[in-house]
Amino acid sequence: MQLDQARLLEIYRRMQTIREFEERLHVEIATGEIPGFTHLYAGQEAVAVGVCAELTDEDYIVSTHRGHGHCIAKGCDVPGMMLEIYGRRGGLCKGKGGSMHIADFDKGMLGANAIVGGGPPLAVGAAIACQLRRAGGGAGRVSVAFGGDGSCNQGTVFEAMNLAVVLGVPAIFVFENNGYSEHTGADYAVGSKDITARSAAFGMPAERVDGSDFFAVHAAMQRALTRARSGGGPSTIEAMTTRFYGHFEGDPQNYRAKGEVEQQRATMDCLKRFRAAVTAGGCITAAELATIDREVHEQIDAAVRAARAAPMPSEADLTSDVYISY
Amino acid sequence: MPQLSMRDAINQALHQEMERDSRVIVLGEDVSGGAGGTSGEREASGGIFGVTKGLLPRFGAGRVIDTPISESAIIGAAAGAALAGLRPVAELMFADFVGVCMDQIYNQVAKFRYMFGGKSTCPLVIRMAMGAGMNMGAQHSQAIYGLLTAIPGLKVVVPSNARDAKGLLIEAIRDDDPVVFFEHKALYPRKAEVPQEPYRVRFGEASLVREGSDATVVAIGRMVVFAEKALDALARDGISCDLIDPRSTSPLDEETILESLDSTGRLVVVDESPPRCSVAADIAALAATRGFSSLRAPVMQITAPHTPVPFSPALERAYVPGPQRIEAAVRQLVGTTR
Repeated sequence: MQLDQARLLEIYRRMQTIREFEERLHVEIATGEIPGFTHLYAGQEAVAVGVCAELTDEDYIVSTHRGHGHCIAKGCDVPGMMLEIYGRRGGLCKGKGGSMHIADFDKGMLGANAIVGGGPPLAVGAAIACQLRRAGGGAGRVSVAFGGDGSCNQGTVFEAMNLAVVLGVPAIFVFENNGYSEHTGADYAVGSKDITARSAAFGMPAERVDGSDFFAVHAAMQRALTRARSGGGPSTIEAMTTRFYGHFEGDPQNYRAKGEVEQQRATMDCLKRFRAAVTAGGCITAAELATIDREVHEQIDAAVRAARAAPMPSEADLTSDVYISY
Repeated sequence: MPQLSMRDAINQALHQEMERDSRVIVLGEDVSGGAGGTSGEREASGGIFGVTKGLLPRFGAGRVIDTPISESAIIGAAAGAALAGLRPVAELMFADFVGVCMDQIYNQVAKFRYMFGGKSTCPLVIRMAMGAGMNMGAQHSQAIYGLLTAIPGLKVVVPSNARDAKGLLIEAIRDDDPVVFFEHKALYPRKAEVPQEPYRVRFGEASLVREGSDATVVAIGRMVVFAEKALDALARDGISCDLIDPRSTSPLDEETILESLDSTGRLVVVDESPPRCSVAADIAALAATRGFSSLRAPVMQITAPHTPVPFSPALERAYVPGPQRIEAAVRQLVGTTR
């Protein structure tokens, strides 16, 4: 698929929004003002945006504990996300969910998940709904399950993948292989060291892509989407990527070689690669990208300032949104 | 006597038991960390809370096993190893992950000894970090000891301090039945005097933390710490209470609770879990059945609300039963029935 200049700029804006959001959170978390436990997505932007670029609000995704990038890529309200992460009442989930549980059903974002492997079965269920609607004459919608390399070792994920194949539903499993299951290397935890082959063994097309190359992710997703939207069943994409931060903020990352992140920032930065690719073509100038950078910076800065000033939930909110008899 | 944090006390118990008995193994996610990492550091983590630090260098990767993120396999494999003669200590990083592997716990582990006619033992310890108070959200903050207390065949332990934690863990490792061992995250850094030598704290033997005459307060886990604060405030007004820490919820030391109730006539139960089918409800039922004639007032249950754990600090503060609620409950109970 040819992406025109306007689409490329839009894609860049999404990726840069994720980067700026996460880099800013990294700074703000250090101040101690952000509660809880935050897992940053910086470094993996090309995967979220490459996968979500051609999805509509009627397509579904389920996300992970490292979900901010998926949310932004799927179109979730960015100020609403920031409010949520600050635990404010105006957050996307009223401050009840937090960083690991952002959901936006109007955008087809069925929720981030703090249980590794918790999401893929849900994605298969959403894919069943897509399949039924298509059979009833509706458009061919799809459901995407994001997961990390860690999640590929969970039984729930095996069950979900097999069920998707059995039912032939339009589910797309995206494994973001950033090399680490929490503090343990994927090379140790994935016995076969090959998530793509393992996925293919379930009986679906599976391909491995360079997750820091937006265009590679986008092209693989196009192939999976074409199949899924036309009734061709599920697929898997394994995107080789990296995270620029720890498992969570505060993780000393003793399992990573010294200088590894710096080296990956130099060689595997998906934003740098995207900038180089689109400016080399001549259709986009560095100045246009710089304008977007500035606008995104201002947007995130405004979101942080708004979140800091926003009211906390009130005690009455504690017992709303749940059946409670006493 | 040395002051140790609960984290270090548990760590010491693990070291001492692994030293004493070569059948004791430890397995779980990132119990050492760093396997397959690029730094070459083989103990890159020592557990996400640092509880298993030092075990890998001392006992090696054969006995200190880093697993993939596969909770069903962790618990199932630990149970199988126990059936085959080892004494595994399996770690579920967060108690909430019990949901992923519940079949292995309640259909497998809990039932073996009875279902196989007493032919098997399953000397397995399942450690897990629990509890709210750190804004970790709905899936990393629950206090689900009540759920496991309800399952026949399991023993369930909820220490409130470092000293008990060490003795209870040693007891758990030496027990031939499966034991679920809940560690409150907020208690890890709290220090207490902990004897260096190994010792056992028996299950089903409550600790009488404070003695008093106006009411009996039974508190579980971190709630013991909050109850002590409440009792300090009450003491300034001349109100004194027995404070009982059951330490194990299964078996439960019913006699200590009933004896105290008999002398005070009033009971407050403090439980971090939601109220339905909870340990608090269980102890209230004990009072209503076996302790009915001692009661001079209705039993008060101070619990979390019947909701998931909220993320926002403003909501989580309101969720967790705190010293003020305990204090108010005791004042109300004593004031209206004195």
